[in-house]
Amino acid sequence: MKAATNTFTLAARVLHWLMAAMILAMLFIGVGMVASVSARHAWLLAIHKPLGIAILLLAVVRLAVRLRHPPPPLPADLPALQKLAARASYWLLYFLMLAMPLIGWAMLSAGGYPVMLGTSLRLPPIFPASPVAFAVLRHLHGGFAMLLFLTFLAHMAAALYHGLIRRDGVLSSMLGRR
Amino acid sequence: MVGRFAIPGSNPYAPDGSVPIRSMALRFALANGQQWRTGMNSMPVFPVATPQAFFAQLQAQQPDPATGKPNPAKLAAFFAAHPETAAFRAWAKTAKPSASFATESYWSLNVFVFVDAKGKRQPVRWRMAPEAADAGSDAGRTGDTDYLAADLAERLTQGPLRWQLQVTLANPDDPTNDATKAWPDDRRTIDAGTLVLERAEPQDSGPCRDINYDPLVLPAGIAASDDPLLPARSAAYADSYLRRTSEEARLPGSAAPSAETKR
Repeated sequence: MKAATNTFTLAARVLHWLMAAMILAMLFIGVGMVASVSARHAWLLAIHKPLGIAILLLAVVRLAVRLRHPPPPLPADLPALQKLAARASYWLLYFLMLAMPLIGWAMLSAGGYPVMLGTSLRLPPIFPASPVAFAVLRHLHGGFAMLLFLTFLAHMAAALYHGLIRRDGVLSSMLGRR
Repeated sequence: MVGRFAIPGSNPYAPDGSVPIRSMALRFALANGQQWRTGMNSMPVFPVATPQAFFAQLQAQQPDPATGKPNPAKLAAFFAAHPETAAFRAWAKTAKPSASFATESYWSLNVFVFVDAKGKRQPVRWRMAPEAADAGSDAGRTGDTDYLAADLAERLTQGPLRWQLQVTLANPDDPTNDATKAWPDDRRTIDAGTLVLERAEPQDSGPCRDINYDPLVLPAGIAASDDPLLPARSAAYADSYLRRTSEEARLPGSAAPSAETKR
């Protein structure tokens, strides 16, 4: 795919916005389901698991796209510390969007649960049954979710800072228009 | 197949004779990797129909700090405000703590839905009906507060214990969302199989300990009904399971079992 050097490729942009919506929804589904004992608990949980696996698959595709098509360079006049923060937050986001579904899957495996994505589709366990591992992974899943939410907030704040205050083309490189 | 016998309540050291209710929980592991988990109690109806009413019941049962016992006035007020508890209270009046797990029936309480290959839905309840019908030993009267485990071990030395899995089918207008209401006795009941219990292990070291008997872990073909207690049980059991396993993992903030909690 050909793309102008100052924007992300179409594939990268589609994946970015699609996954942004999915991950943000997932964070609220996650906190909503653990906070509820109503019927919402069951149906949010029923969405949470297949949505998580969908995010995992898309994250793998996205990582491949990212490695194949390097993103447009950051503005040359951006202070080194901000460049570092930008790169660190990208890789933290990549790590979390791959790690969160894997931890969730491993956690259910460790708890001895069948990993059901629907009424009959079942994924194999990826971790041996262990109550201790379940507890550690379950807390890690919640902790990383919080970290993902904070990273998302920082990412969004930085995007708005680039788009509204610096007006340096960083936000439009992901919006796809100049 | 792994299962767990228990008595209800939040105190793991409660004497076996303190409540008339016993429970049986089972995990069926299917050949295709799916599971069916069920937690059943030895009474035909549940006291309340909703998580909100159950919360109110728990609050009314809280021990009064002054006496260390639940306040009878609060309990009376709760029952007056919740007439749906009548069927359970009628059962509780005549129920006596049994001397054995083996002689009890265990009911699913909540309604589930069997779904056939064409998607046809049939609301059901099930019950494990015991083969043993004797009055039981007098173990409970000898001062042993943990007599149910001793009785179970004793019986298993004589041979396996059996229950019939009886599935009752609802008629079209039977309530499916109200665990306080039993269906009429004339509903069709199918004998779906025999549970044969061959061996028991202590729960502190046995495989039953680390299972969350979440009633919504269901295989293809069994679905939840619209009973609001089901998602509440699932959510509360998940929290309880995390607390238990966190304790096992000795994670910071988790409860530490100590001699002081032993009563």
